[in-house]
Amino acid sequence: MLRVENLTVKFPSRFGDVTAVEDMSLAIKPGEIHGLVGESGAGKSTVGAAIIGLLQKPGYVAAGTLKLGDTDLRKLDRFAAHQLRGKRISMIFQDPQTSLNPLMRIEDQLVETILSHEDIPLKDAQKRAVDLLEEMGIENAAARMQSYPHQFSGGMRQRVVIALALCTNPELIIADEPTTALDVAVQSQVLELIRRLADNRKIGFMLITHDIGVIAQIADAVTVMRHGKLIENGATAQVLGQPKHPYTQQLMAAVPPLDRKIARFAVPDDEDGLKATSGDAAERWLLAGEKEAPIGLRLEKITVAFPGTRTSLWRKPDPFTALDDVTFDVRPGTVMGIVGESGSGKSTLAKTLTGLIKPTSGTMVLGDAPLPGGKARSRHHPSRQLIQMVFQDPFSSLNSRHKIGAILAEPLWLYGLVTDKDARRTLCAEMLNLVGMAPEAIDKYPHQFSGGQRQRIAVARALLARPKVLICDEPTSALDVSIQAQLLNLLKDLQAAFGLTVIFISHNLSVVRQMADDVVVLRGGRIQEYGASEQIYAQPQADYTKRLLELTPVMPQEWQGQQLSL
Amino acid sequence: MAYFIAKRLVQSVFVMLAVAFLAFSLFRFVGDPVTQMTGVETSVADQERLREELGLNDPFALQFARFTGDMLQGDFGFSYRTRQPVAEMIATRIPATLELGIVALLISLFVGIPAGVYTALRPRGITTQTILMATLVGVSIPTFVIGIMLIFFFGVQLGWLPTFGRGGTVNVGGWETSFLTIDGWRALILPAITLGVYQLTLTMRLVRAEMMEVMQSDYIRFATARGVPMRRLYFKHALSNTMVPVITIIGLQFGGVIAFSIVTESVFQWPGMGLLFLESIRFVDIPVMGVYLVVIAFFFVLVNLIVDLLYVAIDPRLRIRDVS
Amino acid sequence: MWAFIKQREGLWLFFRSPAVMIAAIVALIIGFCALFAPWIAPIDPYDLASFSLMDGLLPPVWEEFGNERFLLGTDDQGRDMISSILYGARLSLIIGISAMAIATVLGVGLGLAAGYFGGRFDAIVMRIADIQLALPAILTALLIDGIARGLLPNDMQQDLRVIVLTLAIALSLWVNFARTARASTFVQMNKEYVQAAVMQGQHPLRVMFVHILPNILGPLLVIMTVDLASAILLEATLSFLGIGLPADSPSLGTLIRIGMQFLLSGEWWILWMPTLFLVALVVSINVLGDFLRDVFNPRLR
Repeated sequence: MLRVENLTVKFPSRFGDVTAVEDMSLAIKPGEIHGLVGESGAGKSTVGAAIIGLLQKPGYVAAGTLKLGDTDLRKLDRFAAHQLRGKRISMIFQDPQTSLNPLMRIEDQLVETILSHEDIPLKDAQKRAVDLLEEMGIENAAARMQSYPHQFSGGMRQRVVIALALCTNPELIIADEPTTALDVAVQSQVLELIRRLADNRKIGFMLITHDIGVIAQIADAVTVMRHGKLIENGATAQVLGQPKHPYTQQLMAAVPPLDRKIARFAVPDDEDGLKATSGDAAERWLLAGEKEAPIGLRLEKITVAFPGTRTSLWRKPDPFTALDDVTFDVRPGTVMGIVGESGSGKSTLAKTLTGLIKPTSGTMVLGDAPLPGGKARSRHHPSRQLIQMVFQDPFSSLNSRHKIGAILAEPLWLYGLVTDKDARRTLCAEMLNLVGMAPEAIDKYPHQFSGGQRQRIAVARALLARPKVLICDEPTSALDVSIQAQLLNLLKDLQAAFGLTVIFISHNLSVVRQMADDVVVLRGGRIQEYGASEQIYAQPQADYTKRLLELTPVMPQEWQGQQLSL
Repeated sequence: MAYFIAKRLVQSVFVMLAVAFLAFSLFRFVGDPVTQMTGVETSVADQERLREELGLNDPFALQFARFTGDMLQGDFGFSYRTRQPVAEMIATRIPATLELGIVALLISLFVGIPAGVYTALRPRGITTQTILMATLVGVSIPTFVIGIMLIFFFGVQLGWLPTFGRGGTVNVGGWETSFLTIDGWRALILPAITLGVYQLTLTMRLVRAEMMEVMQSDYIRFATARGVPMRRLYFKHALSNTMVPVITIIGLQFGGVIAFSIVTESVFQWPGMGLLFLESIRFVDIPVMGVYLVVIAFFFVLVNLIVDLLYVAIDPRLRIRDVS
Repeated sequence: MWAFIKQREGLWLFFRSPAVMIAAIVALIIGFCALFAPWIAPIDPYDLASFSLMDGLLPPVWEEFGNERFLLGTDDQGRDMISSILYGARLSLIIGISAMAIATVLGVGLGLAAGYFGGRFDAIVMRIADIQLALPAILTALLIDGIARGLLPNDMQQDLRVIVLTLAIALSLWVNFARTARASTFVQMNKEYVQAAVMQGQHPLRVMFVHILPNILGPLLVIMTVDLASAILLEATLSFLGIGLPADSPSLGTLIRIGMQFLLSGEWWILWMPTLFLVALVVSINVLGDFLRDVFNPRLR
C-alpha cells in the first residue's frame, strides 16, 4: 500500500546541504504495523514528515519515489497534497497536550475534520464522532465531547488524538512517538488500541519510536535507521532476535533486559574508541579522600506537602502531598533504586535530599549525623560536599556560557579541596580521562559535546567534590539506548571502585534492575514496595508493582538468543 | 473564576490607593500650598491660621484619609493657577481626550491587526517587507514629528484640514462631542492619525510575532496533518489563539494612547486633559498634576480590569477548572 | 575569515542583510560625530561671540543665498545648523545612553533578584512595577520633572536640568528591564545548572551574576536597544514640549521646537535638518534592535 523507494531528504543550511535521509526504502501493507526504529538524529521523524508532506521549512525531498497505492505523492500539487492529508494519510504526534487546540471543544474539532473531507449532514458527522470516541474507550462520549482538551487526562487526550486521526478512515496513519509521553499502564492500553485498529480496520501504521520494547510488543515488521540510512529491515522477530547487521546487534545488546540483571552491557566502553589512560591520577586522588568507610543515608517518615493553588473564593485549597510518610534506608556503599512514574514524587524526593525543598515533617540522617532540610541546611554544611547529584537533562545541567574547565573546577575551590590553580586544572583533565573523555575538552564549551558526553562531564563534576553519596536523577532518560548502556557501565565501574553510595532514580524498570541492589517503588508519594532489588523483581508483592512489571513492553525471552553478558 | 475576579479587584484597589498616596505626597511635600495660595503680603500669623483651617498641621494619616475621602466624593481641590475647582477643569477636558483616544485606538486596531496577520502569513512577500520597513520607520519617528508633518502637508501645503483646535463641537448633555459634525471630524482626523500611528505599529508587530509563534505550534501541525482547509486553519485556529495574548496588550496600549495624547494635544492645540496637564507642569500647579495622575490611573486600571474579564471569557482554561 | 563568520551565526546573519549593515554604519557615524562634536563642529553654538545676527536665516549651501561657511544654513540667531545639530545630537545621546544605563542596572538588578528570591521580595517589586506601569513613560518623566521643579530652588534648576531629565527618563524605563529579567530568571531557575550551583552551596550573588546573568543577556540586549531608542525619543519629546533642555543648550528635540516656529514662514531647514538627523539616528538603532531580536529568536525568522 505504501511504497517508499530511495528516498533522500535534504536541508539547506549555511554550511551547504545537509542530508537528513539518504536512499531510504520501505513498504507497508494494509493492516500492518511497521516500526521505524533508530536513535536520535536517525531521521525517522523526517521520513514520516516527508511522506505526509509536512517537512520543516527549508527541508525538501531531493530524490526517490513515494507511492500510496497508485498515487505518486511527489507529483501532487499543493492543493491535492493537502486534500490527501487526513483523507488517506494521517499523522499523530508525541505530545497529546499540545496537539489539540485549547480553545475548541473536542466535538467541534472532530466534526470539523470529518466535514473537511466529506459532504455529509452535520448530524451524521456528530454521530460518527460519538461512535468513534466510544470505540476508543471513552465512556459517556456524547457528554464528554462537549469538554475542552485541558479537561482530559493525558491518556484520554491521546485517545482523542487517535480518534481525530481516524475519523476520516485513512489508509495509513503515521504515529511519531505516540506513547513516549504516557505512563506505562496508559501506554499499554494505547498500544493495544493501535493493534486492534490495524487488525479490524486494516489501517497501516508507521510506528516511529526509539523504544525497542514497544516495537517488540506490537510491530509486525521493523526498519532500523541510523544517520539517515537504512540499516536493516524485516519481520520483527527476526530483526530484534537475530539481527544481521553489526549496528543492530550492538543496539540490541544495549537494551537493558527486564527479566534479569547483567553485570555489564556489551557495548564499547569509550567515546569514539578513546582509551582511558592517565585517569589513574584522578583515581588515586579520589581513593585518597576515601579514608573513611562509605556512608549510608536514612529517611524517616518524610512528608512533603505543598499548599494548594487557590482557585475558589470560598474554600481553602487542599494541600498537595508530594511525599507521604516515606521511610527507607540506603545501606552504605550500595545502590538504591527509586522507581516511579510521573507524579510519583521521585523528583520531589531528589530535591528534598539535596536541600532544595524542606520536608514538612520527618527526619533525614546522613551517616550518623542528622541532615537538616531546606533552608535549615546552611551553605557550608558538610553535606553540601558529601552529597552530589547527576541531573536528567544533559542540555541544561551544564552552564552553556562557562567553559568545561571552569565548570569542573567549581567544586574544587568551593570546598577547598585543591587550592593551587594549576593543580586544579591538571586534576580536572585527569578526571575527564577517568570518565572516558579526552582531556582537551577542558577548554571547550558544553554545546560542542553530545548528550552522552555531557552526562560524562556531569559525572566528572560530581566526582570532583569527593562525595560519599551520589544521587542520579534519571541520568539516562534523555540518552539513546547505546549511549545509555555506556553511561550505566561507567556508573557501575565508578561505584564499585570508589565505594560510593548511590541513589538511582528512574521511571524505567529495566534500567533500575540493572543498577540497583535495593529498590523503592513510589506511587503518588507513597512507598508501594521496598526491599532487595532481585527479590522484588522476581516476586513482587504489591499489586502496583506487579502491574508495572506486567505492562512494561519488553522483548520476549525467545528472541534474546544473542544477548551476551560479560 | 470568582476568586480570580476578586483577586484582580483587590489588586486594582491597591494600585489606586498607591497612586492616590503618590498624588497626596505631591500635594504635601512639593511646594507649600499656603504660600502658593496667598502670596507675599499675608502675615505669618495669617498664614498659620490658614494652615490650621486647611488642616495642614494634622497628622499625616488623617490628612491622607481626608484627601481620599474628598476624592471619592468628587472634590478635587482648587488649582493654584486659576483658582477654579480642579474637578470642573478636568471635566470640561475629558471628552476631547477620550474621543481622540478612542478614534486613535480604533485606527490602530483596524489597521494593525489585519496588517499583523497578513505579514505573519506571508513572511516573504514584497508587500510584507514594505510594511515591515514602514512600521520600523513609524516606530522611530517621534509622535510630534508625525504631527508636524501631517500639519505641513494637509494643513499648510494642501489646505484641506484645519491645523489646530477642535473645530465644531456639539454639546450632548454636557458632553462636547466632535462626532456629530463634519467640521468636528475634519479637525479630529489628523490628531487621531498622529496618535494612532505609533500604536498601530506596536499592535502590528505584536500580532505578527504572536501569530508566527502560534503557526509553529503542534495543534496547527496536527490540524494540517488532518487536512483541515488552510483558510479555516489560519482564521479559526491560529487567529483565535493569537488574539488571546494580544487582548491583554491592548489594555496597556490604551495607557499609551492617553500618554501620547499629551504630545498630540500639544502639537495640534487640542483642548484635552493632556494640554491641561502640560500647562500645570509649566506652572507647577500641583493640585491639577496630582488629580490628573489619579484620573489617568483610574482609567488605566478600569481598562485593564475589563481586559482581564475579556480574557477569562475567551480562554476556557481560565473559566473551567481541570477535571483531571 | 569567511569560515569564521559562518561559525558565529549572529555575525553571518549580520553580513547577509544590507539594511542592518547600513543601519550600523549610520549609527556609528552619528555616534562618532556626536562624541567628537566639540572638535568637529565648525563653531561652538554655546559661545555667544562665535556667531552674529547678521548671518541669521541663511539657507543651505545649495539654495540661493546660501553661504559656503554654513553648509546647512543658519537659524534666526545666526548659529550654524551643522554645529547646532552636532552638539544637539551629543546631548541627546548623552542623556539617552545614561538613562538607558541607569535603567538597565536598576531594572536588571531588581529583576534578577526578584526572580531568584521569589516570595515576598518578588511580590513587592512586582507591585511597584504594576503601579509604575499604570502611569505611562511620558507621564512618569513629566511628573519627576515637575516634582524637581517644585523642590529645587530656582537658581540650581538650570544646572541640574540634564541630571533631572536623565533620571526622569531612566525611572520610566526600568520596569521593562525588570519584567524581562525576572521572567528570564524564572526560566533559568528551573534549569538544572542553577539547581546544581545552589545545591553545591554557592553564594546567591554568585549564582545570580556568574551563572544566570550570562544566560539571560539575549533578550536584555534587545530591550537595551529598544529602550535606547525610546530614551532618545522621550528626551526629544520632552524638549519639544518645552520641559526638556532649554534653547541655550539645545538637544535635537529643542531644535525641532525652535524650528517649528518657522514652519509657515519658509525657512524649512531650521526644522527639517534636525528632524532628519533625529529620525536617522532612531531608525538605525531600531533596525539594530530588530536584528538582535531576530538573532535571539530563530523561530521568527
